[in-house]
Amino acid sequence: MTPITPDHYIILAAVLFMIGVVGVLTRRNALVLLMSVELMLNAANLTFLTFSRVHGDNQGHVMVFFIIAVAAAEAAVGLAIILSVFRHKRSVNVDEVTAMKR
Amino acid sequence: MWSWDDAQRMGAEPVIEAIVFWVLAGGAVLSALAVIVPPFGKSPVHGAMALVACFFCLAGLYVLLAAHLMAALQVIVYAGAIMVLFTFVIMLLNLSDAEMGHPKYTVAKGVGVLVISFVFSKMLRVLGDTDVPGFSAVGDSGAYGGVKAVGNILLRDFLIPFELVSILLLVAIIGALVLAKKRV
Repeated sequence: MTPITPDHYIILAAVLFMIGVVGVLTRRNALVLLMSVELMLNAANLTFLTFSRVHGDNQGHVMVFFIIAVAAAEAAVGLAIILSVFRHKRSVNVDEVTAMKR
Repeated sequence: MWSWDDAQRMGAEPVIEAIVFWVLAGGAVLSALAVIVPPFGKSPVHGAMALVACFFCLAGLYVLLAAHLMAALQVIVYAGAIMVLFTFVIMLLNLSDAEMGHPKYTVAKGVGVLVISFVFSKMLRVLGDTDVPGFSAVGDSGAYGGVKAVGNILLRDFLIPFELVSILLLVAIIGALVLAKKRV
């Protein structure tokens, strides 16, 4: 068994990010879409912490702190938008939200 | 794979670290897949629970990276606060199958996934060509990743962004209220 290197963590973060992107591309449920975005933000967090550890510097942790705060704000506003869309359309399918298209 | 000779040569710690890493990484990837793959992720509640499991696995990986404060925040803010908000909204909406929308598989989506896997292979290629230095020794003194160390940097070098984030959260609170209220 080989020792764990930063490459392992970076590849894991890339895999998680790809899963998030595929989720955003293929799923049409707005709730699952938001969850996929959270997944991508977490992959970015993992990369920040990995390189923070490589450099032995705490600044990456501060970035992760800010990302977590922004993710919380994004989730709150995003879920509020989903709620108000659901009230108008009776659906959370993003394919049916086409008011801006016409 | 693992052998006793390896353990003798490297010492026990890297072997234990490797085992913990692979268990947590496997758990994170599997639960992330369960969020988006339709048979498991069909109901948003199941997806949310899988996402909580993924966040816990990531918190374990943060501990492995000696980022103790961030691991605690990951559990408290992500797996706690944000996912409670998600499950609350999912249960508030109480969606039927028709309201959820049926997954459609179009050619465009297939092309999108293909493009993404191409980008992913390129990323791996770049990583293979780049020489990432190994982990630096950080020790257990709390000078790395602890509350005191991160808090010092946060409130000294990043004070203005820190205050801006508090304004951002205030804006998010007001925005969420305005959007979600029936009549403003």
